[in-house]
Amino acid sequence: MGEVLLKAQGICKAYSGITVLDHVELTVRKGEVHALLGENGAGKSTLMKILTGIVKQDEGSIIYRGEPLWIHHPQEIQKYGIGIVYQEFNLLPDLTVAENIFIGREPESRFRGFINDRKMNRQAEEILEQLHCRMDPTQKVSTLSVAQQQMVEIAKALSYQCELLIMDEPTAALTEHEIQVLFSIIRQLREEGVAIIYISHRMSDLDAIVDTVSVLRDGHFIAKHRYKPELKDQLIKEMVGRDLVQKYPPRPAYTRGECTLRVQDLCTHKRLKHISFEAYQGEILGIAGLMGAGRTELARALFGADPIEKGEIQLYGKKQVIHSPSQAIRMGFGYVTEDRKRDGLMLEQSLKENILLSSYERFSRLGMIQDGMADKEADSFIEMLRIRAAGRSQRVGRLSGGNQQKAVIAKWLCRRSRVLLLDEPTRGIDVGAKYEIYEWMYRLAEDGATILMISSELPEILGMSDRILVMSGGRITAELDAGEADQNKILKYAMSQ
Amino acid sequence: MQKMCILAGLVILCCLFSVITDNFLTAKNIMNIALQTSICAIVSIGMTYVIGGGGIDLSVGSVAAFCGMTGALLMKAGFPIWLSVTAAVMIGGLLGILNGFVIAVMGIAPFIATLGMNSVIRGTVYVMTDGVPVTGLPKGFGKIGGGRIGGWLPYAVIIMAVIAVIMAVILKKSHFGRNIFAVGSNEQTAYLSGVKVIHTKIGMYMTCGILSAIAGIILTSRLVTAAPTAGDAYETDAIAATVIGGASLAGGSGSISGTMIGAFIMGVLRNGLNLVGLNYFWQQIAIGFVIIIAVYIDVVRGKMKK
Repeated sequence: MGEVLLKAQGICKAYSGITVLDHVELTVRKGEVHALLGENGAGKSTLMKILTGIVKQDEGSIIYRGEPLWIHHPQEIQKYGIGIVYQEFNLLPDLTVAENIFIGREPESRFRGFINDRKMNRQAEEILEQLHCRMDPTQKVSTLSVAQQQMVEIAKALSYQCELLIMDEPTAALTEHEIQVLFSIIRQLREEGVAIIYISHRMSDLDAIVDTVSVLRDGHFIAKHRYKPELKDQLIKEMVGRDLVQKYPPRPAYTRGECTLRVQDLCTHKRLKHISFEAYQGEILGIAGLMGAGRTELARALFGADPIEKGEIQLYGKKQVIHSPSQAIRMGFGYVTEDRKRDGLMLEQSLKENILLSSYERFSRLGMIQDGMADKEADSFIEMLRIRAAGRSQRVGRLSGGNQQKAVIAKWLCRRSRVLLLDEPTRGIDVGAKYEIYEWMYRLAEDGATILMISSELPEILGMSDRILVMSGGRITAELDAGEADQNKILKYAMSQ
Repeated sequence: MQKMCILAGLVILCCLFSVITDNFLTAKNIMNIALQTSICAIVSIGMTYVIGGGGIDLSVGSVAAFCGMTGALLMKAGFPIWLSVTAAVMIGGLLGILNGFVIAVMGIAPFIATLGMNSVIRGTVYVMTDGVPVTGLPKGFGKIGGGRIGGWLPYAVIIMAVIAVIMAVILKKSHFGRNIFAVGSNEQTAYLSGVKVIHTKIGMYMTCGILSAIAGIILTSRLVTAAPTAGDAYETDAIAATVIGGASLAGGSGSISGTMIGAFIMGVLRNGLNLVGLNYFWQQIAIGFVIIIAVYIDVVRGKMKK
């Protein structure tokens, strides 16, 4: 066990009167992978922001390499040898891979102030090679996939000699293979004595790399353990503060109702080829597939957001032509998008505005909104979904991921949508919030809604679906009953052409 | 909170001028300020809609000139005043729809689209009149911008107040107003939540066009002359008033009350500096600084909040 590299004690932080961190401590030693666990909103991200100088703590001390750590500007962390891989990408889309990796400290040419492009590209290539990542350093970041962008983020953090590397949900967007590569890099860094703070919601990541875990809950420090696989149940209990043995809520008795949605031979210019399937009242239809299989494109086509080349959509036995989302919504569709920050929420607006956005017609008389009614409705959804916020007028951008996702779901509950397209409904949110969202999905299905759930997490697909469609290359390659499906089967069809 | 800040700024400004000049704090001068501000305020209200929706309209000045001019030409051609004014306002709406179409349907960035439209419309005004002002308008028409109820309350100020109240209610309470802020906050989210983005955008530019036309009519009436150069640089004043009033150029925020305060800050400043004896050139410089200081205070407050 290495010596102590970082010791944070009694860290407190409050935002506009709401306590986010309350006397939190964290001790990280050289050469260890230290997992920081906690639900969304537990205070992990804030703690990392304090360590990297983005925000200042109200109270408490941080000792780093035996001296107090005073960071005045986020860029100074490089001087201290602290690197961070953010959960949200901080890349500049119009610059190249190499430019992004070396931004702010590009190798100079013989003339001061000018960049030696060739040297920069070569160095970038070397780092990427270390990551077993075949990528052209002169490629623009905007042309990369999400997983590739994540690798660039990691490369950026590795490009200067780190002593402390912070990784916030690094595996969320990666494929299994890329995750394994990342793990081997993490192990190699650990060998070299680098300390790694690792934040992840994937419990399966822990077994592979983690030495020590610290658990936060509601801004409090709960416990620190030497990690052992047997601890998992206890860790979950510590994170959520209650027993949560099952990851999925008990499934209510499922009776397939009438056919609500029938899609026949649907094709789009964007990837979809001859899609045909049916979905029923009260059913949760899982849609599995690898990245780029066309799952999001399917949701967008059904929702009227992408033009349909040919094919037919029937809703409740009636043929429908859907040209726009507003039309689809009137027919009863609701769409929880894959990336809530990009196209699911208005981050600068209040919780109320976000929940009511699609339902104002219901609260309007002669085009004027009845505020009393609207407020009451917003409050009822905040309470019903247990959205943790200071109130209906709090800005959504300030909420944690899980609460943001609940706000998106509240929008469609408020609209009383009957056919819900959920694209990665639990991505990047914590165990507790996940469980609550699962409960809601069951409640809606029981209530007669039809749910199409796109997910990249196979356990989620298997745990929640009544029936499963597997997609690959824009086609449906298999339709499986929940009983006959398993991970291997789904993967086989997902990779078939 | 933020509104309180700029309102305080306006009050301080008024106090300052009351102390250093004798004539500032008189009923007559206050009415003068209101009258002088009315035109800028009406244009700024339209601008608040557009900026709230994440757009910008650089063509407000030439739309005002165009509509003032067409109204004047119609009157000269013998049409009754009410009909000429109504037609001019409708033309303003149509020009706004055209702006909205170029932006929302053709997909051209608002800055560029309205910059182009500004040039096209202004050029058309010159072509229509050969650059010569239209004079000799009917006496009755002059009342809109020059007349006063009971000899002291200008019609133009009443028009401004009525418009401000109506537009504030629409922006804050109506479905249309909510949609504007939704589009301004996050267009993709708005689209995928069922907001008709194209309708909303065309609607907000139309609103701005109509209000610019009304401003153009009031201006023409006040001078009893339609000048092809009328409304020059209105866009600067309108954007300034909107931004001082607390709107962000990124869209998704802004209020009519804030904008009104913003317009009056500039009106009071112009008037007060006039009384002090500072000429127009120096006023330009002073107003420029006020805009920067006002927005800077807002930036600093935003940082402190974080």
